Amino acid sequence: MNTLTGTGALVKMALRRDRIMLVVWLYALTAFVASTVYGFRGLYPTAAGRVDFVNTAAHNPAFLSLYGQIYGNSLGSLTAWRDATLLSVGAGMLSIFVVVRHTRADEETGRLELIGAAVVGRQAALACALTVAVAANLVIAMIVAAAAIAFGLPAAGSVAFVAGTAGSGLVFAGIAAVAAQLAQTARSARGLAIGVLVLAFLLRAVGDSAGQGGPRWLSWLSPSGWAELDRAFGAIRWWVLTLPVAVALIAGAGGAVLAAGRDYDAGLLAQRRGPGVGSASLRSPLALAWRLQRASLLAWAIGALVYGIVIGSSAKGIGGALGSGEVRKIMARLGGQAGLTDAYLAALLSFTGLVAAGYAVSTVLRLRSEETDGHADPVLATGAGRISWGIAHVAIAAGGTAAIMALVGLGTGVGFAYRAGGGSAEVGRLLVAGLAQAPAALVIAGIATALFGLVPRASVAVSWSVLGVTVAMLLLSATLKLSHWVLDVSPFSHLPKLPGGTADPAPFIVLCLVAALLAGAGLVGLWRRDIASG
Amino acid sequence: MTDAIEIAGVRKAYGKTTALDGLDLRVASGEVHGFLGPNGSGKTTTIRILLGLLRADAGSISLLGGDPWSQATALHRRLAYVPGDVSLWPNLTGGEVIDLLGKLRGGIDPARRASLLERFELDPTVKARAYSKGNRQKVALVAALASDVELLLLDEPTSGLDPLMEAAFRACIEDERAGGRTVLLSSHILSEVEQLCDRVTIVRLGKTVETGSLADLRHLTRTSIAAELDGPPQGLDLLPGVHALDIAGNRVRCEVDTDKLTAFLRQLTAAGVRSLTSQPPTLEELFLRHYAGDEATPEQVSA
Repeated sequence: MNTLTGTGALVKMALRRDRIMLVVWLYALTAFVASTVYGFRGLYPTAAGRVDFVNTAAHNPAFLSLYGQIYGNSLGSLTAWRDATLLSVGAGMLSIFVVVRHTRADEETGRLELIGAAVVGRQAALACALTVAVAANLVIAMIVAAAAIAFGLPAAGSVAFVAGTAGSGLVFAGIAAVAAQLAQTARSARGLAIGVLVLAFLLRAVGDSAGQGGPRWLSWLSPSGWAELDRAFGAIRWWVLTLPVAVALIAGAGGAVLAAGRDYDAGLLAQRRGPGVGSASLRSPLALAWRLQRASLLAWAIGALVYGIVIGSSAKGIGGALGSGEVRKIMARLGGQAGLTDAYLAALLSFTGLVAAGYAVSTVLRLRSEETDGHADPVLATGAGRISWGIAHVAIAAGGTAAIMALVGLGTGVGFAYRAGGGSAEVGRLLVAGLAQAPAALVIAGIATALFGLVPRASVAVSWSVLGVTVAMLLLSATLKLSHWVLDVSPFSHLPKLPGGTADPAPFIVLCLVAALLAGAGLVGLWRRDIASG
Repeated sequence: MTDAIEIAGVRKAYGKTTALDGLDLRVASGEVHGFLGPNGSGKTTTIRILLGLLRADAGSISLLGGDPWSQATALHRRLAYVPGDVSLWPNLTGGEVIDLLGKLRGGIDPARRASLLERFELDPTVKARAYSKGNRQKVALVAALASDVELLLLDEPTSGLDPLMEAAFRACIEDERAGGRTVLLSSHILSEVEQLCDRVTIVRLGKTVETGSLADLRHLTRTSIAAELDGPPQGLDLLPGVHALDIAGNRVRCEVDTDKLTAFLRQLTAAGVRSLTSQPPTLEELFLRHYAGDEATPEQVSA
């Protein structure tokens, strides 16, 4: 028996456990690229149109930081510009989830102990996780390349494009392998690896938007940067692809060395200790809910502010980038008839509202995981009532959603005022526009609360489906003319288009009332039903 | 003195699965009551009904003189609960959890908290994700025992503790009894039950099959007899309550229901006894019989 004995059997089992997740990733990433090619082909059918677009986008720091440099003005170049860095982040996330799931997560739950006691080598679990991650990235790369070629993009460019993004997937498989040895829990292992991913994205964002004389070399330090620096569809630099392969091999080998040198269930980073007594304020269900949710809210708040600054500072001169009449029409349909810049910002804020609804849903559904994880029982066996326990989490979801949208609006205002001028009046106007999205997101949170109270078993799946349908409606409303009664189902359809539109208070009041009623129904359901056992 | 817990004819079904099928349980105030039964017999469901986490489908339930469903929070201030499978928030420390649960219950005695931490050798500064099962259980035990309450509901509280810590637990429960608290102790550990419990209730398949003091229950079991007689015994097979009778010449081996011993011994002495060995029933036999259901002697189960 060597250290890899049993890897094959583990890979088979891992593929079986991941079969749905991997197919969803494959579909999502392929659809992402296909929709980009399809969209650009429709929007800029002529070379002249593409040149116009590239000239605008290549000088917009927000676009450069978000998407990267543009190498050329062919359809392929635009696609690679728009998708390469984001796809590299997606591939990285996929690898991190897969590797941690089959190493540290299984070790933390004790499943790996059961497996390790069978005829399975010490390194088999790590080898299995890396095999699955690498295979998933290669299969996805091949299918995305096939889709790109089917859309008529050059074959060599398509291969260089997917090789760059898959390279990022390989690098983060290796980094996750290291993180899984360092951290003692799956959660912190994922956190560590995602932290590196975010750092890589930021390095590239700063490098790409640095301009002449700035620290452009920063992009060369990032796997996300390598995904664009191979200049797919331009003058291809194949040698760049050796960077991710080399780093992936080094990181993967490093993970194996660390794994060989440690005990089962041990992490190389010491667990931090905490206070031996509870703080005086940790004495109510609300204080507990805040303690459990505050880290997530903080991360969301920072993300919201940064995202707001990016979209705010990208809005100046957006007219040029949205050259063709068709785009203007879509923006106007999404964002209202006012000035194009306002329409652009209103459309982006509307999407942000949906993302904030995602925060609200996940925060409300914490109630369900507290219940099924057996955390609710000890709390509800004290003087804390069910209603105050439920309200605590719902209140944080509501307050957090409002705070996130206010920060997005604030960031947008600051970014816009900084680039385009307008001072505090612009900041205030966009802060209100951001906050105006919150009532619609709260309705979605209300639905999740009602489902949690009334049909707890189905609450997780149905809540996310409701959000998914709402997102689909917004996306479809941009390109299709759906009849109004279909769109009216979505709470987001009832919001005035801000900034730019007129802010009638009535829809806000009605949406907040609907949200409160739904949450109330959920709390009544919670009050009457059995608490699930852990 | 009123009963701390009084449950009669409680039923609870999850869909088509019946968890409780007419369960009865009475726990007098101030007693330590053992709650026994095989896995899946409905002990945890009963305790969760007592906590108002589940609503019974039928039957009457009284907890500390109130209704656990409608008066849950008021009653919860007078009791403490230790779940069988303690699951804690991974990023809170043990000390934070103990204080939180104590405060939610209406207060915690700092001196008692400190002495319990010492007794159970628990480090309160460790984050819960790093605790073993036994240490998580200690967190819940310290939180429960440090509160000033009338009733303790303990669901297999020692299943993850080592023998030393189990001894510490027993000492704590002895103190609780001396302090007049009522304890409902669900357990599989027979020596623990034998040492601590005044009375026990045995449940199986959601029904109460036996309840009483351990002495009462022992009375209901069989004694093993081996005897050598002056001559071949007569009519032993006709006596009630005699099982597994094996007669070989002058030697007799059998098991006799403990409450039928008098008649059996009379018959033996009639034949003249040269030697006699009798083995009293062990607790283990008692429980195994009830756990397995012992279909061969239904009259005992219903006794």
